[in-house]
Amino acid sequence: MEYKNYMKLEFESKSQNEAFARVVVASFAAQLDPTIEEITDIKTAVSEAVTNAIIHGYENTTGIVKVTCYIINQELEVIIEDEGRGIEDIEKAKEPLYTSKPELERSGMGFTVMETFMDEVDVYSEAGLGTKIRMVKKFKSLIADE
Amino acid sequence: MQLKYETNNNTLIVELEGELDHHVAEDIRIELDDIIERKRIRNLIFDMGLLHFMDSSGIGVIMGRYKNISKLGGKVAVVEVPDKIDKIFTLAGLYRIVEKYQNKREAINRM
Ligand SMILES: Nc1ncnc2c1ncn2[C@@H]1O[C@H](COP(=O)(O)OP(=O)(O)OP(=O)(O)O)[C@@H](O)[C@H]1O
Ligand SMILES: [Mg+2]
Repeated sequence: MEYKNYMKLEFESKSQNEAFARVVVASFAAQLDPTIEEITDIKTAVSEAVTNAIIHGYENTTGIVKVTCYIINQELEVIIEDEGRGIEDIEKAKEPLYTSKPELERSGMGFTVMETFMDEVDVYSEAGLGTKIRMVKKFKSLIADE
Repeated sequence: MQLKYETNNNTLIVELEGELDHHVAEDIRIELDDIIERKRIRNLIFDMGLLHFMDSSGIGVIMGRYKNISKLGGKVAVVEVPDKIDKIFTLAGLYRIVEKYQNKREAINRM
């Protein structure tokens, strides 16, 4: 794969790391000269995926969450991975308002938020093995310049 | 996350400041439910003016409080909603159950 820049972050599945992860990805994206709105979109989508890894993937046990970013053709690709319980039915999981944890006051909007705020979202998951979310953000300012 | 609140008769006005994510949601929920019970609150207003970041965890907090408050015949409103948070509320269909007003004065007058 041809990329201009790359970074990788690994951390324990602790909720304190949610803010840390989204700020790191937003800082890495800053080199693409995003608008404030685009930065917020990225932070929100990363927060959703990392929170899902912690709550659903590891269900509050200790595991490692990996966040990898590439800059390819003026786009940001973010990959968020866990080695947790995995998703049995991905289509169902992506439905707005579907949650497997209503007792934790989850609203079932995480995937919908990711899909709205990013340009591409792909979900790879296998029950018992873990989940990988790949998201791409295209930057309007750069598209206009081309 | 800073949580400031004031009461106006049996209306609780909560000012959310900073970032509302999964990490802080649990503490906020416990604190709010405690105030709501102790002060016999009927209506709840969330002032979002100083909230810089929110993800779907915030929807969970508001919907959860709505469930409790509405059972007792009360209403929930949001005021001073920043554009980026308005986008998430609209996506989640929150405005079907929670009212939106410009500011807390308007909310107090109309609830
Ligand atoms: N990393 C993951 N590992 C295992 N299951 C997952 C993972 N991410 C999502 N899921 C499953 O997909 C469902 C939908 O996820 P989504 O983020 O849309 O909603 P939620 O997390 O339940 O609620 P919200 O994000 O609104 O707080 C989850 O309830 C969970 O069952
Ligand atoms: Mg989620």
